[in-house]
Amino acid sequence: MFEITQLSKTFHLHTQQQAEIPVVTNVGFAVQPGECVALTGESGSGKSTVLRLIYGNYLAKTGSISVDGTEIVAADPRTILELRRTTLGYVTQFLRVLPRVPTTRVVAEPMIQAGHDATAADTHARDLLRRLRIPETLWNLSPLTFSGGEQQRVNIARGFAHDYPALLLDEPTASLDRANRQTVLDMIDAAKQRGCAIIGIFHDHAAREVVCDREIDVSQFAAA
Amino acid sequence: MQKTPLFSVSDLSKSYGAQLGCCDVSFDLHPGEIMGIVGESGSGKSTLLNCLAGHLAPDRGDVCFDVDGTGLVSTLAMSEPEQRLLARTQWAYVHQNPRDGLRMSVSAGGNIGERLMNVGARHYGNIRQDASSWMERVELSTGRIDDRPATFSGGMQQRLQIARNLVTGPRLVFMDEPTGGLDVSVQARLLDLLRSLVQDLCLSVIIVTHDLAVVRMLAHRMMVMQRGHVVETGLADQVLDDPQHPYTQLLVSSVLQV
Repeated sequence: MFEITQLSKTFHLHTQQQAEIPVVTNVGFAVQPGECVALTGESGSGKSTVLRLIYGNYLAKTGSISVDGTEIVAADPRTILELRRTTLGYVTQFLRVLPRVPTTRVVAEPMIQAGHDATAADTHARDLLRRLRIPETLWNLSPLTFSGGEQQRVNIARGFAHDYPALLLDEPTASLDRANRQTVLDMIDAAKQRGCAIIGIFHDHAAREVVCDREIDVSQFAAA
Repeated sequence: MQKTPLFSVSDLSKSYGAQLGCCDVSFDLHPGEIMGIVGESGSGKSTLLNCLAGHLAPDRGDVCFDVDGTGLVSTLAMSEPEQRLLARTQWAYVHQNPRDGLRMSVSAGGNIGERLMNVGARHYGNIRQDASSWMERVELSTGRIDDRPATFSGGMQQRLQIARNLVTGPRLVFMDEPTGGLDVSVQARLLDLLRSLVQDLCLSVIIVTHDLAVVRMLAHRMMVMQRGHVVETGLADQVLDDPQHPYTQLLVSSVLQV
C-alpha cells in the first residue's frame, strides 16, 4: 500500500541566512495492507517529516512515494486531494477546524467528502463520539472550546470516520486516559483487520507493542 | 470532481503604462475547486482578479470558461452582451466592500431580487420568496427584507452581498478580500458560511486575500504573487507548511501566532 524509495528532504530557509537543513536522506520502506508500522527515533530525527511527506503536506523533491499506486512526489495538487479524499487519512495531534462548526459535523465531514450519505455520516459520527466518550451535551458545540484531551479524541474520531485503506497516525494515544487509549488501540486494530495499512508515530511504548507489527528506526535515514 | 476544467487562464498579462499589474499568469480551475491568491498590497492580485472577471481587459493572454459543459471557450472573444449574460448568470463577484456590490438605496429583498430580474424573473411573489429564502440561508433575519442595507452592520451587508450573488446559481465566484473589513468574530462566521455554501452548491471559487488563515480554511490550492508575478503555486496546506520561494517563506513566517 505504501512504497517509499530513495526519499530525501532538505529545508532551505531563505529568510534565515539561507540555512539548509537536511532532515532525512534515502528513506526506503514498504507497508502492506493490514500491517501497522511504527516510525521510531528520537525527537528531531524526522519521523513527523516522513509522515508529512507521505501526506503531501511537505514537498519532496527527490525519491518516490507511492500510496495505493499513486505517486506523491511531484504529483499535481488535484491528485493529492483526490488521494486524501478517498484513500489516505492522517490523524495529527492538533485539531484544525473552522470556528462555529459543530463537533458532529467536524467528525462526519471526511465521510461526506468521500461520498457517503450525510445522514449515515452523522449517525456514524455520533457513534464514534460515543465510543470515544465525548459527552453528548458537547456534540452540537464547536470542538474549539473543548479541553486538549477532548479535542484530540474529536480529531481521532474524524480521522477514523471514513474507512481509509491507508492511515498515517501521529501520536494517536498521547495524553489519553487509560479507557480512551484502549478504545483508540481497538480502533487501530479494527482498521488493520479490514486491511488498512498504517504508518504511525507512537511514543507510548506499550501501545506500540500492542498494535505495531514492525518498527522502522528513522535515525538510520539521518542526513549526513 | 469533473475531470475537465471549468475555467482556464493562459499567459495573462496586464500593465498600466510602465507599471506592471500582473504577468504571465496561467492556471486551470475545476468544478468545486477553490483557488486562493495571496500576496501583499500591490502584488497584482486584484488586477488579476479584475482581468479574470472581465472588469479589465488584459494586454495579453486568454481567459476561457466552459459555458455549457461542451468545453472551454474564450470569454475575451465573446460579444459584450454574451459577457454580460455570463457575469449575471454563471459568474458572481463578491467585492471587499459590500457597498460596491450592493445597491444601498434599494431594500435587502430588492438587492437579491434585482439579480433574478436581470435574468428574466418577473413573478413578484416568487422573487420575494427566493429573496427571503436566501436571506435565511445567509443567516439574515427575513424580518429585515424591506430594510435598506445602509441600516445593516458590515458583516450583515457582506452576507447580503453573498446572497445577491448566489441567488442566480452561479458556477464560478470571484471574491476579493471577502472578510477584509470585518472584525474577527464576524469573519469566522462568514468563513463558515462560505465554506458550507461552496460545498453544498459545488461552487468553484477564486478568492483573493492577504489573510493566510482564510486560505488555509477555504482553499484547495493557492498561488502566491509578488510584483505581478506568480512566484509559487501548489496545494494550499503544502505551500503554507513547506513554502519554497523566499517571498512565500517571508509571508508565512510573518504571521503572528495566537
